[in-house]
Amino acid sequence: MTDKLTKTGAAVGEPVATGSAPSDAFLDVRDLKIHFPTDDGLVKSVDGLSFQLEKGKTLGIVGESGSGKSVTSLGIMGLHTVGQYGRQKAKISGEIWLNGRELLSADPDEVRRMRGRDMAMIFQDPLSAMHPYYTVGNQIVEAYRVHHDVDKKTARKRAVELLDRVGIPEPAKRFDNYPHEFSGGMRQRAMIAMALVNNPALLIADEPTTALDVTVQAQILDLMRDLQKEFGSAVVIITHDLGVVAELADDILVMYGGRCVERGPAESVFYEPQHPYTWGLLGSMPRIDREQTERLIPVKGNPPSLINIPSGCAFNPRCPYADVPKGGITRTRRPELAPAGDRHFSACHMPQEERTRIWTEEIAPKL
Amino acid sequence: MEPLLKVTGLKKHFPIKKGLLQRQTGAVKAVDGIDFEVLPGETLGVVGESGCGKSTMGRLITRLLEPTGGTVEFQGKDISHLGVSGMRPFRRDIQMIFQDPYGSLNPRHTVGTIVSAPFKLQGVEPEGGVKKEVQRLLGLVGLNPEHYNRYPHEFSGGQRQRIGIARALALKPKLVVADEPVSALDVSIQAQVVNLLDDLQQELGLTYVIIAHDLSVIRHVSDRIAVMYLGKIVELADRKSLYENPMHPYTRALMSAVPIPDPRRRGAKSDRILLTGDVPSPIAPPPGCRFNTRCWKATDVCRTEEPPLVELRPGQRVACHHPENAESLTIPGARESLEITTPQPASPKAEAPAEAKAEAPSGPDPAAAEDDAPKA
Repeated sequence: MTDKLTKTGAAVGEPVATGSAPSDAFLDVRDLKIHFPTDDGLVKSVDGLSFQLEKGKTLGIVGESGSGKSVTSLGIMGLHTVGQYGRQKAKISGEIWLNGRELLSADPDEVRRMRGRDMAMIFQDPLSAMHPYYTVGNQIVEAYRVHHDVDKKTARKRAVELLDRVGIPEPAKRFDNYPHEFSGGMRQRAMIAMALVNNPALLIADEPTTALDVTVQAQILDLMRDLQKEFGSAVVIITHDLGVVAELADDILVMYGGRCVERGPAESVFYEPQHPYTWGLLGSMPRIDREQTERLIPVKGNPPSLINIPSGCAFNPRCPYADVPKGGITRTRRPELAPAGDRHFSACHMPQEERTRIWTEEIAPKL
Repeated sequence: MEPLLKVTGLKKHFPIKKGLLQRQTGAVKAVDGIDFEVLPGETLGVVGESGCGKSTMGRLITRLLEPTGGTVEFQGKDISHLGVSGMRPFRRDIQMIFQDPYGSLNPRHTVGTIVSAPFKLQGVEPEGGVKKEVQRLLGLVGLNPEHYNRYPHEFSGGQRQRIGIARALALKPKLVVADEPVSALDVSIQAQVVNLLDDLQQELGLTYVIIAHDLSVIRHVSDRIAVMYLGKIVELADRKSLYENPMHPYTRALMSAVPIPDPRRRGAKSDRILLTGDVPSPIAPPPGCRFNTRCWKATDVCRTEEPPLVELRPGQRVACHHPENAESLTIPGARESLEITTPQPASPKAEAPAEAKAEAPSGPDPAAAEDDAPKA
């Protein structure tokens, strides 16, 4: 039942409903499910996620910890160990189309060849993502030579060039430094250089600035924006910080309990949010650009366990409007992602007029 | 009003020891001479980037660390060098909330044991018995009093932070120092804890020192705010002045760097100040103004003379030779004192002595002027 619902949900945004035909979108994720069997039960980290992304555009995925955003990114990169048995092995279903090629059914060797060249990733913590025993330069050279048949000298030149481009002073000298000799911001720059060395068409940045100080974060965000213009890649940026997505993203996808609850152009998600969870996120965030609001409006309760996702709408135990739709439908039926504006989708049982009314009359004036 | 807490010239240097004899070869100057006061009932926010010494400052005023220099006065009594037993009566009045709700609770103790530990340590028998009081505290912070016998791992991050708060409040403290109380929590939970701190302050008349790196959270919770950079306070002002009219270039840069959750403001990037480089090492902070290596307004005087923290506007103290938004100085004498101590580049008559002074040790790296640059 749920499968069918999400399929329809995916079809709303994209005219392709048959499921197997490649779409025009550069990155097309359809009904992605990533489940992890554990001793306590099946952890449904991602449970039916669909989105599309065009080249040169940025998609921001927002959600709290445990909403499945990082698992999604690793899934696209093909970095989960797949299998039916044993712990840690993910069960993945759905489709991931990158540039007309389906990744989940593809040969793992082929995906490995694409990884790094066609799609690259920037991780949250560059200190643990880099090898402490190799110099920063060597690690970039390695990433380049895996995909390009060039000698070390050419590769070194390319690496120095990129280190320079991401703003590392004296790149030729810094090439021979080890990761621990770099500061946090410089390590993140080096990570970006490593990700970009093969000029990937898809770049996934998983919390790229969370570990950084705000002044350094501003530098990195600025760099990422410039680089995207220059390289024209599609970028998926995963973060919990609504400020960061507002800075970078063209489209925003809000995740809750392993599913997309709202998706749309950045401006309409911020100005006409159509899901109570998005309202909750906006209300619980103190704003630096405004005079102190009297009180924050927190979301009550805690994020759900992914083993025991609440029946019906996953947000219903925390939703102040769970009883607005009649007949307890929020507790029994999962809402599908339905259009709520121009390219804007929301998964909520409340009728759209009602949501718009609540947002404009009850929520927006208090923010 | 008599300040609850008064800090003067507070310093903490952590020695760096090297070699067989463990001789001291240097020091990390984590906190290097700061002054401030906390008035009863107010919330002082302390903000800065990692490594600026804000957490060390928090540990100094709660006397978890002993200062290297300067004094900490609590209700008029100097507590800066008291021993364990000397501190004991003050421990009741000064409590701390820690950042990491996972690391700050003993996993092998039940919530009841954790929250009642302060009573045991202080030998206090609360009215109606320990158990009843603990349950009252749990209720106060929004936890179920029935969960008295549960262990920390049975709670979520936000609930654990509430346990930490209940423990801090057990002895009815006067001053609560919270070091990054919400930074480990998710946005929606963050708001719950911020509101809880707010309510408790109203209800119990608490005084807070809240240390955080998040400028939005600090703006929301604080009455007055101290901005720290490399072990120094660079600006100390009430919330309104600081956010609407920051005077230290670092404060301005810091605030402009915060991403604003508003996609329509994306075009207005022009007013963002991008600082270059990283924070210098606190082992050898730059001479003169510590911000001079990253400051776009730095002149020779900044590299040689350390600017004192002076009140340039009512309630706004700034340590800068070339403050921002300085046109409308309203305190009589502020401008003069500023011009005497800090020649403005715009006024040629004041510039002359600065250049004369700066001639001898110019350039950013003379080790001679390293620490105690002469204060004008």
